[in-house]
Amino acid sequence: MVRYILKRLLVALLTIFVISCVTFLLMNAIPGGPFLSEKAPSQATLDAMNAKYGLDKPVPVQLFNYVKSVFQGDFGVSLRMQRNRPILDIIKEMFPVSAKLGIFALLSAIILGIPMGCVAAYRQGKVTDSILRVVTTLGIAVPGFVLAALLQYFLCVKLGLFPSMGIAKPIQYVLPVFCLSFYPMCYIGRLMRSSMLDAINQEYVRTARAKGVRPFALIFKHTLRNAVIPVITYLGPLTAYTLTGGFVVESVFSIPGLGRYFVQSILNRDYPLIMGTTIFLAVLIVMMNVVVDIAYKFVDPRIDFGKGND
Amino acid sequence: MSKALLKVSDLRVSFFTPAGEVKAVGGISYELSENEILGIVGESGSGKSVEAYSIIQLLQPPGRVIGGTIEFDGENLLEYSKTRMRQFRGDKVSMIFQNPMTCLNPVYTVGDQLTEALTCHRSVSSADARTRSIEMLERVGINNVEKRMKQYPHELSGGMRQRIMIAIALICSPRLLIADEPTTALDVTIQAQILELIKELQKDTGMAVIFITHNLGVVAEICDRVAVMYGGKIAEQGTADDIFYSPAHPYTRGLLRSMPRLDEVRRDRLIPIKGSPVDMLNPPAGCPLSPRCDECMKICLRADPSKTKLSATHNVHCWNQRAAAGEKYVMTEAR
Repeated sequence: MVRYILKRLLVALLTIFVISCVTFLLMNAIPGGPFLSEKAPSQATLDAMNAKYGLDKPVPVQLFNYVKSVFQGDFGVSLRMQRNRPILDIIKEMFPVSAKLGIFALLSAIILGIPMGCVAAYRQGKVTDSILRVVTTLGIAVPGFVLAALLQYFLCVKLGLFPSMGIAKPIQYVLPVFCLSFYPMCYIGRLMRSSMLDAINQEYVRTARAKGVRPFALIFKHTLRNAVIPVITYLGPLTAYTLTGGFVVESVFSIPGLGRYFVQSILNRDYPLIMGTTIFLAVLIVMMNVVVDIAYKFVDPRIDFGKGND
Repeated sequence: MSKALLKVSDLRVSFFTPAGEVKAVGGISYELSENEILGIVGESGSGKSVEAYSIIQLLQPPGRVIGGTIEFDGENLLEYSKTRMRQFRGDKVSMIFQNPMTCLNPVYTVGDQLTEALTCHRSVSSADARTRSIEMLERVGINNVEKRMKQYPHELSGGMRQRIMIAIALICSPRLLIADEPTTALDVTIQAQILELIKELQKDTGMAVIFITHNLGVVAEICDRVAVMYGGKIAEQGTADDIFYSPAHPYTRGLLRSMPRLDEVRRDRLIPIKGSPVDMLNPPAGCPLSPRCDECMKICLRADPSKTKLSATHNVHCWNQRAAAGEKYVMTEAR
C-alpha cells in the first residue's frame, strides 16, 4: 500500500514535470509578448525588460530555469495584472474564494446526483425515471453560461429573488453554486443510473433479496457500493475543476476567484500568471487522481495494489 | 406421510415478452412434507427454476405468476404483501444458487454477509450474531473460521463460497431450502462434498429441500422424491425408486437411456432424445413431448394428458399410461 502510494506520487511528479515543460513551450510559441502594447517601447527599454526577466536567454535555458523554479514552488511574478506580485501569492488569495464555492458545488453535485441516479435506476421505465432523464439531459446539454445568464436574468433581475453578484452573504452563494453544480450533478446522475442498472441485475443482489434484506439496504448497501466506482473515477478531475472555479460562473456572477482571474490573465497576456494557474490546476488534477486511485481500494477490496497495477 | 409443508396447486407462470406470452410454467401441482428432499429434474427451459423462484417471489419482470396457489403451512404465499414476503424470505424459506462465484457480494466480508442474514430477521446483539455466524461456518465445514469471517469472497474457492452460501441460507433455521442447481458450477469432488453436506444438514434440521437439477446422478444420490419437468409441466412424479426403476413417462425413460451406466457392459452408443426442446413461444397443442415422442399417438397431438396415478407415490402425465392403467379416455375431437 505505502509502496503503491509512493510509486503513484513519483509518477505524479513526472506528470507535473512534463506539464510544466509543455505549458512553457506553448506559451513561448504564441506570437507577441508581454511588453507589446499600442505604445511601442523603445528597443533599449525592451532589451532591458527582457534582460530583467531573463527573456534574452536561449529557450532551453529559460525552460530549465522555469521548471527548476516551479519545483521550488516559485512561479515567478505577475507581469501585468498585479505587477511584480508573486504568482503564488495571487493564487493563495484567489484560490480560497473559488475553492469555497467549489466545495459547496461539489457536495451538492454528489449529494443530489448519486441518489438521483439510484432512484432513476430503481424506477427504471417509470415516470420518475423519465422526468430525471429529461432533467439530466438538459443539465448536460445546456452550457453553463446559458444557464447562469438565464438564471441571473429571471431570478435576479426580473424577480429580484437573489442578488446578482458577489459572494459576501450566504444567499449570494445559492445561484453560483447551483450553476456550478448542475452539470456535474446531472452527469453523476446518469453515470450512477447506468452502473446501478448493471449492478441491480447481479446475482449477489438476488442473493440479498433471497436473504430478505430491506429495500433500502438493498439499494444503498448491496448495489450502490458496487456501482459507485465510475462515479469515483469522475470525481477526481471534477474536484480539481470545481475547486479552481468555474471560469464562466465566476465571470457571470462577478466572483473574484481563480477562474475569473485565469481568463483575465489570458486576455492580458500575463504569461507567468497563465502558466502558474495552468500548472496549479494540473497539479490539483494529478493529485486528485492519486487520491481517487487510493479511494478505489476502500470501496472495492478486490483491487490489489500489490502487483500489476500500472 | 406427514402433513404437507408446501402445497403447490396448478401454478402458472408466464413471461410477457415483446414476442408474446411465454408460458414458462403451465399448471403444475405437487406437495412437499417436512423432512423430505424433492428433486425437480428437467432440461434448460423446462421451467424448473422459474417454478422455484415463484415460491419466494424472486421472479424478475416480465415474469409473473398468473394462476394457482402456493400454500406454505396452510397460508397462500401469493397473497402475501411485499413486506411480509421479505420477512418470509431467508427466514422460513431460503435459497441457494447455481454460481457461488457471483452470488456473494464482492465488497463485503463473509462475516458481514453472514450476520446480515441473521440480523434481517432476528433482533440479536452483534456479538450474538457473530457467535451464531461462527457456529454456522463451522457447521458447514469451514476451517479457520475467525480468519474466514474477515475475508472477502474473492479470496475463497468456489466450494468454500458455496458452503458459505449454505451457511447464509441456513442461519435462520428455515423450514424449506430451495437449492437451484447448487453443484452445477463446481467440480466433481467438490460436488460430492456439497451434496453430502446438504444431505447431512437436512437430516439434522428436519427441513424440507427442493433440489433443482438437470443431473439425474445427483437426484439419485440425495432425493426422496423426484418430479420430472418438461415444457413447463410435470411429466412424472414419484419416489426416487419409482423414477429410476420403473420410469413410466417416455421422457423420463429417454433421460435415463441417455445416461451412461456403470452396471451394464455395453458397446453401443448412448441413446439421445431426438428433436429439440420445446419452443416455449409456440408450444405443441397437446402433450409437450409429442413432437419428440416415439410412442406418440393421435390424441397426444391434440390434448394434454391429465394425471394418471400408478401407485400411491407415483403418477405420470401420459396418454399411453392412461390406456395401460385401463382407464378409458374420451377422444375429444378438436373442434
